[in-house]
Amino acid sequence: MSNLLPRSTELAELTRHRVLAFLRQPEGVFWVFAFPLLLSAVLGFAFQGGEPAPSRVGVVGDLGGWVARLEADPRIELERFATRVEADQRLAGGHLDALVLGVAPAALRLDPGRAEAEVARLRVLVAVGEVEEDQLAIDPVTERGARYVDFLFPGLLGMNLLGTGLWSVGFAVADMRQRKVLKRFLVTPMRRSSFLASLITARLAFLAGELILLTAFGVWVLDVPLRTSVFTFAALTVLGAVGSSTLGLLVASRTKTIEGVSGLVNLVIVPMWLGSGVFFSYERFPEAIHPLLRLLPLTALNDALRAGMIDGAGLGQMLPELAVLTAWMVIPFFLALRVFRWA
Amino acid sequence: MSVPALRATGLVKRFGDLTAVDGLELELARGMCLALLGPNGAGKTTTIEMLEGLTRPDAGEIEILGRTWSTDAEGIRERIGVQLQETRLQEKVTVLETLRLFRSFYRDGRDLAEVLEVVGLTDKRDARVETLSGGQHQRLSLACALVSRPELLFLDEPTTGLDPQARRRVWEIVAGFKQEGGTVLLTTHYMDEAERLADDVVIIDAGKIIAKGSPAAVIGSLHAESIVELHPRDGTGDRLVDSALLALRGVSEVRREGSAFTLVVTDTQASVGALLGHLTDVGVELESLQTHSPTLEDVFVALTGKHLRE
Repeated sequence: MSNLLPRSTELAELTRHRVLAFLRQPEGVFWVFAFPLLLSAVLGFAFQGGEPAPSRVGVVGDLGGWVARLEADPRIELERFATRVEADQRLAGGHLDALVLGVAPAALRLDPGRAEAEVARLRVLVAVGEVEEDQLAIDPVTERGARYVDFLFPGLLGMNLLGTGLWSVGFAVADMRQRKVLKRFLVTPMRRSSFLASLITARLAFLAGELILLTAFGVWVLDVPLRTSVFTFAALTVLGAVGSSTLGLLVASRTKTIEGVSGLVNLVIVPMWLGSGVFFSYERFPEAIHPLLRLLPLTALNDALRAGMIDGAGLGQMLPELAVLTAWMVIPFFLALRVFRWA
Repeated sequence: MSVPALRATGLVKRFGDLTAVDGLELELARGMCLALLGPNGAGKTTTIEMLEGLTRPDAGEIEILGRTWSTDAEGIRERIGVQLQETRLQEKVTVLETLRLFRSFYRDGRDLAEVLEVVGLTDKRDARVETLSGGQHQRLSLACALVSRPELLFLDEPTTGLDPQARRRVWEIVAGFKQEGGTVLLTTHYMDEAERLADDVVIIDAGKIIAKGSPAAVIGSLHAESIVELHPRDGTGDRLVDSALLALRGVSEVRREGSAFTLVVTDTQASVGALLGHLTDVGVELESLQTHSPTLEDVFVALTGKHLRE
């Protein structure tokens, strides 16, 4: 049926309307353009590498001449205590990584469950000469593509694509439903498909600006690699943006209020922030649930973005991820078409 | 003019146990204006939304401009203009941008400058919707309904919440549309609106038609020359008895509301004279006494015992 397809004039006007309404709303512009940039800047600079933080180590009393040696080590931040009780309190409160009780042989009190405590122990042992520095010689990783920021940036990009699509489409639909504008459209000959498609085309219009800004920042300021072709990168982001918009459409297909949409979007998005490998690899979760996590749209998007940006993979090398993303684009769209409530 | 602009027969809509519209029959000839008059909750909006194709009736048939919703919904939508109650248009776009959007939905339509002129928003064309007053917003909403040059215009409570001046401007626009041959169906709970705009009124209460005809004919059905409202001074009203009032010359109906009385009279001069004599006889002091020509409101009160604005 030809009238299932959007009509070009009304699609163009609906898209124009959405873009104008969005650009004239300073809050919206901030959340879509400025906030992701700010977040990437803060996180990017925080994890850009450089010297790791010093270990916070406590000592009670004098320990003979050893205190001076600990104090001289730049990797140790020493705090002295008059009594053991005081020192134990600081340790229990998490203000200290380790407490040195004796030297030669070294006796340390620490929480073995904390990685920082292990680091502190090693540094103390090196400082007091129980472990030789050259026994620990390393070959440091400094290349682009292997630093934490290189891992983090594609994750932030993916998170941003998902979030913007969900929020912008979800809010726009709930707002128009609340204003009875949807109902008003329904008594005109406007094709419903034009309206639904316009939400996605408007999203793609913002995407270009948002993406150029963020990617330029990542590549030029944070020095994150972009090794795949521009085509692959653009295709991935378009897929991510369209997929998140259709998900937004589904989330808002029946919700009557902005608050309702807010809740639902959070319900969708927060688990993915944790489980889809934005800040840390999802491989830290039990292996049994990895296949499930890989079915999440953000996991697929992040994995594909990382494969492209860091490893230089082309579209042909990320077919499973592309399949997951496509499924998340098509299924919610048709589901949304079925359950969408106009009035 | 054999095909009416609108015809509805046996229209029924139920919401759970509530029958909102109960067997309504409507017919509207081209070039005429019909007002559905009734209090809030009478079923006016449900009725008009069924006619507009927004709500599916549980029973009955609707024919709009010779077409039915099930066979030619798009053909109907191309030819009608609709103003809904409580639509709040997108605030960040301008008047002209809003009109352009609505214009893009229709195959044919009129020049936007012309529509702006008709609704008196030419000098507001580049103003954002958020800066418009209530009356201007309502006129923009009318403009959105007029961009397609509709044959039939549906207006759901077009002036509710507007100040008197803004209401008059809306009336002028609707009257202008009618003058050019357009057909209008409107709902209202303002009797003056119905009297001013409508060729015919249909008074609805609890989903049923309780009176219909031209405003003059409906008012004439009261057989009243005027309505007398009597407010006795505190306490003295107890001395009045309905049957005694009804026995006065020219009084055809007596109704109490709190301490006040409303009399429907067929001979104003004789009745008021007799009434004043009677009040003196029984020792009732007057707070106020008013007479006015009967209105649609009085018909509604006479038929239902309720006011339209309740």
